[in-house]
Amino acid sequence: MTPVEVVLAEDGVLLREGLAGLLERFGFRVVAAVGDAEALLEAVSAHRPDLVVTDIRMPPTFTDEGLRAAVRLRREDPGLAVVALSQYVQHGFAAELLDSADGRGVGYLLKDRVVDVAEFAGVLRRVVGGATVIDPQVVRRLLGRRIDPVTRLTAREREVLALVAEGHSNAAIARTLSLSEAAIGKHVGNILAKLDLPQTDDTNRRVLAVLTYLRERGPEGPG
Amino acid sequence: MGCWSARRPAISVVGVALTALLSVRRKGFVLTPWPWRSVAYLLTTVPVAFAAGVPIALFMLPWAVLFRRLSTGDTSPVEASVLLVLGFLLVAGGGPLVARPLSIVERFRLRLVDDRPLPAMPGPVEAGLRPWLRSVYGGARPSWELAYAAVLVTLVPLLYGLVFVALMLIVVCIAAPVLVGDGPVTFGVATIVTPAQAVPYSIAGVAALPAVPYLLAITAGAHGAAARALLGAGPGAALRAELVEVSRSRARLAGAFESERRRIERDLHDGAQQRLVGLTLQLGMAKLDLPEGTPAAGAVDSAHRQAKELMEELRQLIHGIRPQTLTELGLPAALRELADRAGLPVTVHAALPARLPDHVEATAYFVVAEALTNVTRHSGASSASVTATGEVDRLVVEIRDDGRGGADPARGTGLTGLADRVAVADGRMLLSSPAGGPTLLRVELPS
Repeated sequence: MTPVEVVLAEDGVLLREGLAGLLERFGFRVVAAVGDAEALLEAVSAHRPDLVVTDIRMPPTFTDEGLRAAVRLRREDPGLAVVALSQYVQHGFAAELLDSADGRGVGYLLKDRVVDVAEFAGVLRRVVGGATVIDPQVVRRLLGRRIDPVTRLTAREREVLALVAEGHSNAAIARTLSLSEAAIGKHVGNILAKLDLPQTDDTNRRVLAVLTYLRERGPEGPG
Repeated sequence: MGCWSARRPAISVVGVALTALLSVRRKGFVLTPWPWRSVAYLLTTVPVAFAAGVPIALFMLPWAVLFRRLSTGDTSPVEASVLLVLGFLLVAGGGPLVARPLSIVERFRLRLVDDRPLPAMPGPVEAGLRPWLRSVYGGARPSWELAYAAVLVTLVPLLYGLVFVALMLIVVCIAAPVLVGDGPVTFGVATIVTPAQAVPYSIAGVAALPAVPYLLAITAGAHGAAARALLGAGPGAALRAELVEVSRSRARLAGAFESERRRIERDLHDGAQQRLVGLTLQLGMAKLDLPEGTPAAGAVDSAHRQAKELMEELRQLIHGIRPQTLTELGLPAALRELADRAGLPVTVHAALPARLPDHVEATAYFVVAEALTNVTRHSGASSASVTATGEVDRLVVEIRDDGRGGADPARGTGLTGLADRVAVADGRMLLSSPAGGPTLLRVELPS
């Protein structure tokens, strides 16, 4: 199997090197590691990688250059997997990026996640495989400000919902929570029913449905 | 009132006298411009005093008549009262009309003997005769100006007269040997007849010459000090000006603190936080290569865990100094983040066309953070809303909740602290919290 080729964009030199080391260690091939969005766009068109891992906040304005670049790359090539790293939970959490190409092969994570190296590498693999992965803290934040049906979810269902939003399959969730896969299936069914969402087995559709629900029916719209 | 900046100690130049009165105590005073400036001041006083004195004397004519009648005993109580009241009406009615232009001229002329700027006087707010008259007759300023006019036409001529006599005395002494040719010269009890007798007087006169610049500067300086005291409009004005300066320096300090916080946040974020993430990442990698169960693996695992905890602590610390969302994304985004973190559902409506000054954003953020904390803790509300609206020259922030109301700034320090923060930014805070609710907190910040 050929290694997954990655273009890495991160303006902090130390962290960029650390991330590159991590990726190599887990069998990815870093074809370019750059420090700003401009260079990221160039590197992607030069190397045609399988995956882009980019910091959201980069020079020159240190706001959302990385995100803008990622959205643009996705528009040009919907098949390109992108993981965006954010310094903090941002309101509206990169809705644009998640909406691109049905949200397949997209990840939105807090930067601090990278220190759990094995888990981080796992997330990257899932995203390359087409999964949608949302940082659990983002999901928690969204759940936290809900007043309506989400409050009807049991503690266990909320736990399952958070894992669903992270892009895990029923089997993976069952392993994490040490429950049977059938039990997880039942929980997911209950969640979707309580949130008035259509039943589906497609993990990405589930994630996106949940996110759309949380985003659009909250006390306020995004942005 | 920008001129007040010159009063700040840091700006005054050490070693240079600021007034004629102070200059005489400096070495080399005679070689400075101060003696000449004093002469110019004294000479220009004469026409000014005349110009003011004539109308003022006219206004006081009834009093002069009264005085004369009283001294001769040739008056009735009714006539005396009429003259007294008439004089008062003339002085009170006409005096300010003379005193105002006089004060303008004198404030200008004061610069000759006093380099310290005077606090600006509030003039008429708008153009036109009526506002001007209102400013001439209203408030405390006219009485101070009248007082100065009175001093100028009474005490000042007296003082100048004495100085003039002293100067003449010196001149006559010096010229005495020449003057005796025309006949005997008399100094009080002494009479000089021959030129030989006049020589000691001449020497004394010459010896007194170096004192002349000092005499002139002291006279001009004393006059200037009186003018400053009265035309600066008394102690009240000085206090008011001081107050303005104090509140400005408070605002400057608050601004300086804010930019300092911003700098610290940036430094920690770009420095310590980045490095710590890098370090934790390295520890996470190191863990991978160590066989599980070995002492080394245990130690590295523990170090990794601690580093992760430290990352979280540092993140909280930086957030407490100045939230990154506020610095990077602006107030609306930061308010939404606050709402997300609040212990109850909060709706945010923030429409601001552009970024606001640092300290305005920080104050608004602080107000909302504190208010939402209060709402969560004390109001028993089930939901709250925050609106931030940018008006022409101010930012208006409102926090509403549907709780039980009855919030009272007198109890608890939370609201007082808020009011303090708002006051530093020159803003206003309004609170409506009837028992039973709802509560509305409104803060207006000039931007």
